[in-house]
Amino acid sequence: MPERKIYMDYAATTPVRPEVVEAMLPYFTERYGNPSSIHSFGQDARVAVEEARAKVASLIGARPEEIVFTSGGTESDNFAIKGVAYALRGKGDHIVTSSVEHHAVLETCKSLENEGFKVTYLPVDRYGTVDPEDVRKAITERTILVSVMHANNEVGTVQPIEEISKIAHERGTYFHTDAVQTVGHIKVDVEELGVDLLSTSAHKLYGPKGVGALYIRKGTRIAPFVHGGEQERGRRAGTENVPGIVGFGRAAELARAEYEDEARRLSELRDKLIEGLRERIDYIHLNGHPTRRLPGNVHVTVEFVEGESMLLNLDIEGIAASTGSACSSGSLEPSHVLLAMGLSHELAHGSLRFTMGRWSTEEDVERVLEVLPEVVARLRAMSPLYNVRNAYP
Amino acid sequence: MRDVWSMYSDKVMEHFRNPRNVGVIEDPDGVGHVGNPVCGDIMELYIKVRDGVIVDARFRTFGCGAAIATSSMVTEMVKGKTLEEALEISNRAVAEALDGLPPIKMHCSVLAEEALRSAIEDYMKRKGGQGASSGDGQITS
Repeated sequence: MPERKIYMDYAATTPVRPEVVEAMLPYFTERYGNPSSIHSFGQDARVAVEEARAKVASLIGARPEEIVFTSGGTESDNFAIKGVAYALRGKGDHIVTSSVEHHAVLETCKSLENEGFKVTYLPVDRYGTVDPEDVRKAITERTILVSVMHANNEVGTVQPIEEISKIAHERGTYFHTDAVQTVGHIKVDVEELGVDLLSTSAHKLYGPKGVGALYIRKGTRIAPFVHGGEQERGRRAGTENVPGIVGFGRAAELARAEYEDEARRLSELRDKLIEGLRERIDYIHLNGHPTRRLPGNVHVTVEFVEGESMLLNLDIEGIAASTGSACSSGSLEPSHVLLAMGLSHELAHGSLRFTMGRWSTEEDVERVLEVLPEVVARLRAMSPLYNVRNAYP
Repeated sequence: MRDVWSMYSDKVMEHFRNPRNVGVIEDPDGVGHVGNPVCGDIMELYIKVRDGVIVDARFRTFGCGAAIATSSMVTEMVKGKTLEEALEISNRAVAEALDGLPPIKMHCSVLAEEALRSAIEDYMKRKGGQGASSGDGQITS
């Protein structure tokens, strides 16, 4: 039985910080007004929403009026891509994105393809990085949007967004980035990055689930996403998720003050885990960029064993991680990210992701380094592939 | 990157944690080898046959929790059975013996059935078609 549970899946979601919960609570009970109401209850909620908007804007170097609250990262991605596509339909019909985007972007693009839009899915190198020159070559006169994620949610590779957005703008095209994995974790400044649209989500930075934001640079042409009332300047109708938005604001405020130290701490833990795994397990490979990667992300392929069986064994030992193996997805297809990086199906099946965060400690890393080699040894002992390799080196 | 094992029964987890009959049989009477690494599942099943009865079965598997649990279960189920009885073990029977599998994992039980059939087929081939106890040996692949 595990002595205590170790959470190493912060890229999937994070716990809500107690300070955030505390900030949210009054907005469920005493301060329950609808921000659209003119009376004092409504105005109290309105002030809370606008204060939160300013805090989220401040975290990414934006102006408050450039922030639209949404239900999360997926909605923000849908909003950005469909919103620009519909607004610029008369101007063009081509979108450029990468093959390693989150499904929120890829599936949105696919749905637009069904509506007659054309989409180019750019390849990546073996580290999962998009070549800005490929972006330049892909843009045509019909291109209306380039969308490339800031950092990959699986392998943690950070993309050269500044260069890509510069190319997009040189060619007169809008640029969107899915920054769900980076906002609150590394520096994200919409001016430095040069983005027109940026998606973010509260639950990845110790805020609540069900709330996110889309940054829309002033002047960007975009169609409204949800039709109804005048909320969010008519772009995203529906009564605001006031407690969620307040929580997002508080999480953004805390992240702004703390992310730099935290990124440094997590990078050290990350490198310690990577080094330790390499020392203790043979036939193990790091996926993603060795240096341009998210602070808390360790993504490896362990040869001759399958990801889900590693995860199950880790879970039995109280360690929560994640895999890109087909066996743990509904589709029986391994991770599109790993395949795009050139990994064989076989290697993609043996992938394992550990993502660390605020409550991760050196003891957690040591525990993983103690447990995983045993798990791998046990699974390899029953793997027909391991012996095949040993027999024919 | 989805979590799936809350869908597994206690029995699947028990066989996954303590798989029975792991390993190879030196000098086996039949070996079944099914699946491929591209799909993420490979099963190797070894059998020892005496007088038309499977007296020992062992496996090696590369695959998910369900693949390992079904391998373990099928080796338990065939031991002591005649070849005819063994051939009647269906993938559903293996899944049922594990108190069910999630729909997405049913292919693992199919793989276990195929591994067993393939091992018996291999045994028949080695015996030149005369090794089965009763010799009716309708083997389909």
